[in-house]
Amino acid sequence: MIRLWQAGLLLLAVVTIYLLPGTLKNYGIYIVTLWAVYVIAGMGLNLTVGYAGQISLGQAAFWGIGAYTTAIALKAGLPFLAALPLSAALCFAVGLLLGFPALRVQHHYLAFATLGFNVLVFLAFRNEDWLTGGTFGINNIPRPILFGWRLRAPLDFFHLTWIATVVMGALMALLLRSPWGRAFAALRDNPIRAESVGIDTTFYTLLAFAIGAAYAGIAGAFFAPLVGFIEPAPFAVTTSLSMLLMVIAGGSGRLFGPAIGAVVVVLLPEWLRFAAEWYLAIFGVLIVVMMVWLPGGLLSIPERLRAARILK
Amino acid sequence: MIDFLQLIVSGTATGACYALAALGFTLLWQASGTINFALGEMVMLPAFIMLFFIGPAGLPLPLAFAATLLVSLFVLGLGFKRLVVDPMLKHGVIPLVIATLGLSIAMKQGVRIAFSAQVFTFPAVFSQELLTIGGARLSVSDLGTVVVAGGLVIALQAFLNRTLTGRAMQAVAQNRDAATVLGINVQRMVLYAFLINAALAATTALLVTPVYLAKFDMGDTLGLKAFYAAIIGGFNQSRGALLGGILVGVLENLVGAYLSPGYKDGVALVLFLAVILFKPEGLLGKPEERKV
Repeated sequence: MIRLWQAGLLLLAVVTIYLLPGTLKNYGIYIVTLWAVYVIAGMGLNLTVGYAGQISLGQAAFWGIGAYTTAIALKAGLPFLAALPLSAALCFAVGLLLGFPALRVQHHYLAFATLGFNVLVFLAFRNEDWLTGGTFGINNIPRPILFGWRLRAPLDFFHLTWIATVVMGALMALLLRSPWGRAFAALRDNPIRAESVGIDTTFYTLLAFAIGAAYAGIAGAFFAPLVGFIEPAPFAVTTSLSMLLMVIAGGSGRLFGPAIGAVVVVLLPEWLRFAAEWYLAIFGVLIVVMMVWLPGGLLSIPERLRAARILK
Repeated sequence: MIDFLQLIVSGTATGACYALAALGFTLLWQASGTINFALGEMVMLPAFIMLFFIGPAGLPLPLAFAATLLVSLFVLGLGFKRLVVDPMLKHGVIPLVIATLGLSIAMKQGVRIAFSAQVFTFPAVFSQELLTIGGARLSVSDLGTVVVAGGLVIALQAFLNRTLTGRAMQAVAQNRDAATVLGINVQRMVLYAFLINAALAATTALLVTPVYLAKFDMGDTLGLKAFYAAIIGGFNQSRGALLGGILVGVLENLVGAYLSPGYKDGVALVLFLAVILFKPEGLLGKPEERKV
């Protein structure tokens, strides 16, 4: 159960992050908003990877589907509050369609199928000019209008995104505490045992995957108006890989894992600009070292320290 | 019709190179359960090592290749196994997948820093002549690539099936515990798989780079194609990689020429997805049994 001081700490963090970007310039606000967008997509992937125990390498494809859906809908004059659920629902449906056949066969095949799916979606974004604008992409995506008020200022849009992130996080926490969430964990820890106690493993894995996809869709719905211009490049397989990296680096199967992981993937590159061209190489080596020494991710450090103290 | 024949031959040559890389991938998977996402970079790195031996070190191509082979065996074979895979195996597949991703970033960016992001030409291995056979103009280099790569795959197949060591490696792939009980040195067999993978990667670099040129991110597409090839042919069958590689190579040539260059990569992809969904063990593979 959450203790009082933990709840207090959480509230403090939420409020601090809400207020903090007020002190930043526009670019800083953009980066922090991007971080929030990644956190939403990461939470969805964490459900698939960390709780249902399936590797998905296609999160960026769902992110892209969400972004393009919202972009096209906003350009067509639909309100943001309609485009957002549309993006989520479309990703959920595509997730079901992709997951259903892929999950008949166990473990690593979902990873392969999602990877192939991501490449295919990327090709479609690039080649279907009539819908996606091809390599030129879609530009001048308007910022959303909420209750007659257009969120044109970067700070306002950040606040909206951050509120959505907190809401999506709370929904995820509720889901994980529900019997459904317990079923997801049972599935990851021992799928055969879970099946033997009457959990329909295929159904729950499929559901986890589709909900994870819907989260990516929602993240995409915020990404499109954030950048105002989308083209295929951000939705390539490499982004899926860095999203997976983000979940594992933070600590997969932990609610706050993606938030920490997104710091590593989105904010760290900005801070390490001084290392210039060396940055990515160092980053790659760090990942390998971290996986060797800390396979449970950054959030497993307290446990590791506690275990080390007991051993002494 | 003549165009068609040329497309088939050059597609087969590309495909044979995919097959070599794919073969290393399946070997690693069978021996140690490693899904290696640094597959493409493991071809890119030897290409640049070779360029170093040819350029600044001034060695002729055959010597440069031999030196590269040695370095590859040591770094991509032994080093990769000891430093990355061994410490992580006990944590399961996912951390290892992430680690190979990290490794691929590190190799790519390391090479970019050392050699810049330029495209480098690479000396040709085969003569640049064109042979005219029955009206079709076929390049010697395509034919040579097919012969060398195909020969290697077949030789490796013979090694795995006919020799004691090869059969011991297969035993380890099928059932580690039973292999141990039979007195097979499992670790040694796994090491062989890593060494073979490294040698295959170096050879692929030698065959591919003259055509595709050396660039720090050349591994991206190559790795992806080899990965398709491995899955299409059959994840747990070495000869599947050859079939998969050639299918991917030929299909992308034909689609690029006759249907749409934009979806050149799409057809292999659709085949890849179809295989995963309907015949997950691959065209030549055997179904895997579920482990409890």
